[in-house]
Amino acid sequence: MALTGLLPDFLVTRLDAVASLLRKHSLWPMPFATACCGIELMATASSRYDIARFGSEAMRFSPRQCDLMIVAGRVVMKMVPVMQRIWLQMPEPKWCISMGACASSGGVFDTYATVQGIDRFIPVDVYVPGCPPRPEQLIRAVLDIQEKVQRTGTIDAREFADRETYEGPTPLARELGPEQTIVAPGDYRTATRLRVPLN
Amino acid sequence: MPAYLDTLTAKFPGAFATSEFRDNRRVLVSAERAGEVLVPLLRCLKDECGFDYLAELGGVDYLNYPGATDRYAVVYGLANTANAERLFVKAFANDPDPELPSVVDLWRGAEWMEREVFDLYGVRFAGHPDLRRILMPHEFAAHPLRKDYPLRGYGERHNFRSVTRAES
Repeated sequence: MALTGLLPDFLVTRLDAVASLLRKHSLWPMPFATACCGIELMATASSRYDIARFGSEAMRFSPRQCDLMIVAGRVVMKMVPVMQRIWLQMPEPKWCISMGACASSGGVFDTYATVQGIDRFIPVDVYVPGCPPRPEQLIRAVLDIQEKVQRTGTIDAREFADRETYEGPTPLARELGPEQTIVAPGDYRTATRLRVPLN
Repeated sequence: MPAYLDTLTAKFPGAFATSEFRDNRRVLVSAERAGEVLVPLLRCLKDECGFDYLAELGGVDYLNYPGATDRYAVVYGLANTANAERLFVKAFANDPDPELPSVVDLWRGAEWMEREVFDLYGVRFAGHPDLRRILMPHEFAAHPLRKDYPLRGYGERHNFRSVTRAES
């Protein structure tokens, strides 16, 4: 009685808004955890911090079943084709959280082997600062993703269709001398490695 | 002087120098003699002097090191499993083509350690069965633990392609 008394007889809304409302409360994270941020990610999923309160507790280790990639930890150069391939394997619509200083900017690892921010290679929606971030910060990031989904989400994910261009920071690529040039290790679409003989 | 040094001096006169640091005794093989002397010397240490275990094998780059005369060194940390004695054999190599004989025939465990030294320092090991890179990608062109390699690399971090939203 009470509910029917409060609600009007019918509601008018956009289908996109309904879809986003439902979608944002059941994000399925793909934990791409490579370092200590992964421990905080596990703590976030545990009962004390309990990411299940926000509907994101169903972590799957198969990218085919996920729509939220959480890159937790430093990523080395050799790992970039793997990360890009996992991102491409996730079905639309999908979002990405760059968790921690290392994933967002390279952190203290400013060396030849470490990626200086994953946003140079895959699209990122929310950055979480911290080394490592506290679970509350990751929950805040999930809430921000939920807000983004509610505001921009469409039922057929067409909000991604017109994003043709690269959205990340300016690429650091510069002209390399022939003695300095290397090629990326492998094709990120197939993850096959180029086998060049050393000699 | 320990007995193994007498054995070495008798078999390889003038082929090596020795030095000491605290309780470490070191046998130094010069870059000129290493090609012919190193493997027989290590074989003598292994078979006749009881140093049957290759505990470690690592590289050093002595670029701009005070007092250094050679560019690279490869350090063989030997251990005697009977009396826990340790001995370090240091063999030097120089540019432009640093090369040392491989000790895989003596210790099979040296295979990956020599690959690591080759990967990170560019010291080649003659006679190694499978001298490929072991840590860095196979397409990597430089040897990143050399002292003249810049800390941030030659731009290897940058020239991957980016995945955009539209194509993913």
